[in-house]
Amino acid sequence: MSPLHKLGRWIGDHLVLALGVLVLIYMFVPIAIVALMSFNDPSSRNVYKFDGFTLHNWLNPCEPAGMCSSVARSIEIGLLATLVATILGTLAAFALVRHQFAGRGPLNTLIILPMAAPEIVLGSSMLALFVSAGFGGQLGFWTIFIAHVTFCLSFVIITVRARLSGLDDNLEQAAMDLYATESQTFWRVTFPLVFPGILGAALLSFSLSFDDFIITNLNAGQTVTFPMYVWGVAQRGIPMQVNVIGTAMFVIAVAIVLANELSRRRQAKAAA
Amino acid sequence: MAQTRGRGRLTGYWLMLPGALWLGLFFLVPFYSLIAMSLYDPQGSSLTGYDMTWHFANYVDVIQAYWQPLLRSFWYAALATIACLILGYVLAYAIAFKAGRWKNLMLVLVIAPFFTSFLIRTLSWKLILADDGWIVNSLQFLGILGDEGRLLATPFAVVAGLTYNFLPFMVLPLFASLDKVDHRLIEAAGDLYASPRRAFFKVTLPLSMPGVIAGTLLTFIPAAGDYINSELLGSPNQRMIGNVIQNLFTNQGDYAAAGALSMTLMIIITIGVVFSIRRVGTEDLV
Repeated sequence: MSPLHKLGRWIGDHLVLALGVLVLIYMFVPIAIVALMSFNDPSSRNVYKFDGFTLHNWLNPCEPAGMCSSVARSIEIGLLATLVATILGTLAAFALVRHQFAGRGPLNTLIILPMAAPEIVLGSSMLALFVSAGFGGQLGFWTIFIAHVTFCLSFVIITVRARLSGLDDNLEQAAMDLYATESQTFWRVTFPLVFPGILGAALLSFSLSFDDFIITNLNAGQTVTFPMYVWGVAQRGIPMQVNVIGTAMFVIAVAIVLANELSRRRQAKAAA
Repeated sequence: MAQTRGRGRLTGYWLMLPGALWLGLFFLVPFYSLIAMSLYDPQGSSLTGYDMTWHFANYVDVIQAYWQPLLRSFWYAALATIACLILGYVLAYAIAFKAGRWKNLMLVLVIAPFFTSFLIRTLSWKLILADDGWIVNSLQFLGILGDEGRLLATPFAVVAGLTYNFLPFMVLPLFASLDKVDHRLIEAAGDLYASPRRAFFKVTLPLSMPGVIAGTLLTFIPAAGDYINSELLGSPNQRMIGNVIQNLFTNQGDYAAAGALSMTLMIIITIGVVFSIRRVGTEDLV
């Protein structure tokens, strides 16, 4: 190959990678701005620029009225919805991968549908149910909870199902050959192997629940979650502490993912 | 086989039951309620109650009243999907073929923006595109944008916001199908004197079509129903159908019209999905 060809090849190879990295950087620009603004010392309330550096927002995160209670409400709903969706979803995933029963085809379709419908339609259909069942006046914590479990459930089933169907059957058969009982095999072999998938599903579920606005807003009544709080203040001027919460969420989530990845690598190394 | 194990043949049913019940009760039944609501008598209100009158005229009424935001939603979503497809393909291709040992890290980075709230990220774009921001100032300096020109409160800002927010939904399925492409096929094309360009269009791109379709649906559907971007980055002239539905429900309490509009959106999307899967499934994919 001529040197010129080689050069062309090198540029071609690296150009795609460079463009890809540029797209990635673009995805992080708004997050960098959020992190920057969390240190902003604004001179007026409705300002959209960086006026000066301060730690005030980080030291007084709960200063804006109602913000921290909305965060707490979102965490409560998120944890509860995640717990229920993860349990129901994991059971369903086991049923779908490990057991033969009538109606699997339609069930597989049923699971995809909530993810395929636009959120506004999903939200309004639930509102329609609550209104026609006479709960129109009692919208709040529990109706949000029900809505969140519903849209998290599909994601949990799909995540756990993927992990479960990628599992090597031989490990369980080996355990059985070595006279492990069925429940020993399940708790000592199958469950630990599936657990990272379940954990991932739970994380995904919590972040979906914590972040949801469109469905929540339709079914929330007077209850204010964190996204609803942000929506409310977006019209009037955003307290800089909102950026503190946004940055903190990002840092915590990335730390969890990295820790998970590290422990997975260590396990893989130990196994090798 | 794994399927035959397990205690008794009924275990599968018992494991599935709670999840299936939940989805039946809180997904299927609500859909039925929404259909019912869309046929309510439009004279009803949350105070007087609603009568089920099989009022199919609701559909005609809402389409006549709101065809503009309806059409705009699909138009904006289509533009954002095309932009996502271009950006997403470059990124997915780079991760699948060029990233080497950085592959996993780059994948994590694709998902990482999700961890900051959707609303906060969108508000951040408001700041980036602001009238006295450096992007607008530079564009004005270069003469691309007039002195009075702005980005915020324009269709551009809304489509840009949608593109940004739904990009990961495009990248992940694209990556999944590009990652499965057998490199030997591309090498074989090269051995048969195909230029890299030709090998891409004749081998790689067709093999990644399932990812293109999945990514397109995953981007287009939520984008068409979204109203956060048009509300925060646009003006009333950029109202999408989600804004209208939300407003009809929460401010005007016109449940019949809101229900009919919501169903209209769902029906159009369902037709589009079935049509595109059929079309691609029979022609381009084979």
